[in-house]
Amino acid sequence: MEYIIEMRDIVKDFPGIRANDHVTLQVRKGEIHALLGENGAGKSTLMSILFGMYKPDSGSILLRGKEVHISGPRMANELGIGMVHQHFMLVHNFTVLQNIILGVETTQNGFLKMDEARKKVVALSEKYGLKVDPDALISEITVGMQQRVEILKMLYRENDILIFDEPTAVLTPQEIDELMDIMKGLAAEGKSIIFITHKLEEIKRVADRCTVLRMGKCIGTVNVADVTVEELSEMMVGRKVILKVEKQEKEPGRPVLEVRNLTIRDHKSKSRKNKVHNLSLTVREGEIVCIAGVDGNGQSELVQAITGLIPADEGQIILKGEDVTKKSIRYRNTHGLSHIPEDRHKYGLVLDYNLAENLVLMEYFEPRFQSRGFLKQKEITAYAEKLISQFDIRSSEGARTRVRSMSGGNQQKAIAAREISRNPDLLLAVQPTRGLDVGAIEYMHGQIVKARDSGKAVLVVSFELSEVMNLADRILVMYEGEIVANVKPSEVTEKELGLYMAGSKRSEAV
Amino acid sequence: MKTRKEKTGFRIPDLSRAAGPISSIVAIAVGLMIGFIILLISNPARALEGFAWIIGGGINSAKDLGNVLYYATPIIMTGLSVAFAFRTSLFNIGASGQFIVGALGAVLVGVKCTFLGSFQWVVGLLAAMVFGAVWALIPGLLKAYNNVNEVISCIMTNYIGMYLVNWIVKSTVYHQLTNRSLPVANEANIPKLGLDKLFPGSSINGGFIIAVLICIFAYILLNKTTFGFELKACGYNRFASRYAGISEKRSIIMAMVISGAMAGIGGGLLYLAGSGKYINVEDVLAPEGFTGISVALLGMSHPIGTLFAGLFIAYITVGGSYMQLAGFVPEIIDIITATVIYFAAFALIMRNLLQRFRLRKGGERT
Ligand SMILES: Nc1ncnc2c1ncn2[C@@H]1O[C@H](COP(=O)(O)OP(=O)(O)OP(=O)(O)O)[C@@H](O)[C@H]1O
Ligand SMILES: [Mg+2]
Repeated sequence: MEYIIEMRDIVKDFPGIRANDHVTLQVRKGEIHALLGENGAGKSTLMSILFGMYKPDSGSILLRGKEVHISGPRMANELGIGMVHQHFMLVHNFTVLQNIILGVETTQNGFLKMDEARKKVVALSEKYGLKVDPDALISEITVGMQQRVEILKMLYRENDILIFDEPTAVLTPQEIDELMDIMKGLAAEGKSIIFITHKLEEIKRVADRCTVLRMGKCIGTVNVADVTVEELSEMMVGRKVILKVEKQEKEPGRPVLEVRNLTIRDHKSKSRKNKVHNLSLTVREGEIVCIAGVDGNGQSELVQAITGLIPADEGQIILKGEDVTKKSIRYRNTHGLSHIPEDRHKYGLVLDYNLAENLVLMEYFEPRFQSRGFLKQKEITAYAEKLISQFDIRSSEGARTRVRSMSGGNQQKAIAAREISRNPDLLLAVQPTRGLDVGAIEYMHGQIVKARDSGKAVLVVSFELSEVMNLADRILVMYEGEIVANVKPSEVTEKELGLYMAGSKRSEAV
Repeated sequence: MKTRKEKTGFRIPDLSRAAGPISSIVAIAVGLMIGFIILLISNPARALEGFAWIIGGGINSAKDLGNVLYYATPIIMTGLSVAFAFRTSLFNIGASGQFIVGALGAVLVGVKCTFLGSFQWVVGLLAAMVFGAVWALIPGLLKAYNNVNEVISCIMTNYIGMYLVNWIVKSTVYHQLTNRSLPVANEANIPKLGLDKLFPGSSINGGFIIAVLICIFAYILLNKTTFGFELKACGYNRFASRYAGISEKRSIIMAMVISGAMAGIGGGLLYLAGSGKYINVEDVLAPEGFTGISVALLGMSHPIGTLFAGLFIAYITVGGSYMQLAGFVPEIIDIITATVIYFAAFALIMRNLLQRFRLRKGGERT
């Protein structure tokens, strides 16, 4: 028995598209097996089949050499297969502990045996360095901790085949490091791991072998040690990818966005620390400003105040010379502001609308898409089709596809396409390339630089240092609600940035 | 590699287009089957005969057909009311209250405002619309500003509406002897538009045409206008709607008001039908409101769907009344028609739940 899992010749059709086209995946016991492929290549679909959420149209699954028919996630669990979905499946008003034992509660005379469960969870969390607070509510903990809860859930169920679907897309660099270590530890213990990611260096760091998918087809499986990052990306996209952003020096023009002495208080927990504290910044025409920082240092609040999603407690927000602090969201949206939000499912998309409807979500009321209150269906579809081909948004049924059924990366592309194409004066992008494949990142960065070159102001919030270093004309580092550094990428190293982000250094020029 | 294939077996159901009507028809078939089983239990010898009446009674004569349309009219409106709200993710269980409050508006105008002459029925219907809208405004405001669950406030307004209407009828347009409202003026009855010639002997009137037009109006409003776009967007995802600059409060309030106006018109259409309907002063919630929920479900919350669902339920009801000829007592008939209706609705609820479950599984994706 060479392989612990063999998925042979898997075919899966969705209406309008073949998501998996005779895919074969073979995973050895104790290895970390990476699954790589463009957005929409069929990775999540393949894993959903292994986890019993979809039934394949043809093909077979062998587990420890024996053919199995996995009827659902519960059965997958019984077979020792666990999965961390990218959009976690946790119950928000339950505690960490309750979520972990949900579905496998041990009871005595009908009562939950909480104490035993708690002991087991605490033991597991110590053993693997998965720090969690068992009594915290899911809604109140960070994404990083939610992910640790998902991992603990698998370990609690004593799964030994672990699927991670883009676990690192939502994590900060520090958390990614931790996760990599945890994964290595688990593999060393004999657990087999399937790891989906778009970040090639992560594959180089932890994976033993890598299977590449393209357009639903299996391109091949390679030993990670035998290939370079460039070769991997070429296998995946079918061409060479330039990861370095090309851009000319440019003298910034007039200010487009000015934030003056912005303060946002913490209204939830009564701590006296402000979420954003007396913060000022300026973004000018033809300039890309990147805000770096560890997640949770006030970036979200800053962005939401600029867009009007939350009110500013003190200070002013000035857009193109006009004070918009008290203006509505619609006013800002129609006066030059465009926003790629952090949480694509919560804010960015109406998942049950189709792609065309989502692509005009910010503009459906403009004369070109409506007359006398009636939607111009034809124009909307035509516009959607233009963006779809321009940004290479892949889906099963084109403009008519329900966005919920699209792959995560393509959902992200749809938001970015919508916001960039609105031709804003200020593009405010939070994690604009989260979940995108390298080819799409290259394109998206190109578009952002193009916007800047045509004189737009761009403000990017990113947790990824490489993106920040690559894209920015100027870097601001946020720490505990304040800006602690204002530097040019050429004048700073990644290491220094790390120090600023950790709060152990402050630059004078702020 | 785009291979469009229709395959049976497990796959994410396609919510769009064909799926709707087909599943409604399957649900109706399930309902009919269970109705038949109850018939078999209660009177095996004449079950088949009784069942034949249910299925065919509604087209027995032109009069029956006319009555089907007549019975369908108010429940199409309450069904539309529920469906419209549902499209915007609001569960308007208060159609019953809005219906009767609307009826009150119509009857007040119908009895008192004889000076309006031949416009009396029009004003009566408008009053019904406004009364129903105002009655739905209350849960709408509560939901928008205080985040009060509309189901709870709707149940409350149902009862308050019922008692309020009883009280107002008693103190304004009361006929003591019969314990009900006074008859409305002739001018207040909706014109027959010649339909009475087409379906002689039935109670049909122009109200049915009005209901059909309002269904079409609702369809256009929901699917073709920016306003409908906003209402639905808010229903699907209020955060994204906020992000897109749509006023969530306004959407919730408008959706409830429109929904209430529809139920109110339903009340107006029934009590101005010229068929001898009066508001009885009794402590019973208007059943049309609850039938509306079944209508909306069977109609897949689609405006045109509710039109057909309302017709179906009216058809079964008219057909059922003939079962007496097969020796069934009225109580059993009521049970059987109710069974058919509710099991059909129930089959759909089950299907929707299953579908939602699958979609979530396959839907929330990485
Ligand atoms: N439930 C579904 N209904 C219809 N089409 C679907 C469904 N699930 C996936 N698809 C389609 O199948 C294709 C593969 O999707 P999948 O989610 O597997 O991609 P992926 O490789 O995970 O991409 P990403 O990197 O963007 O997450 C996509 O084109 C998607 O639109
Ligand atoms: Mg995916």
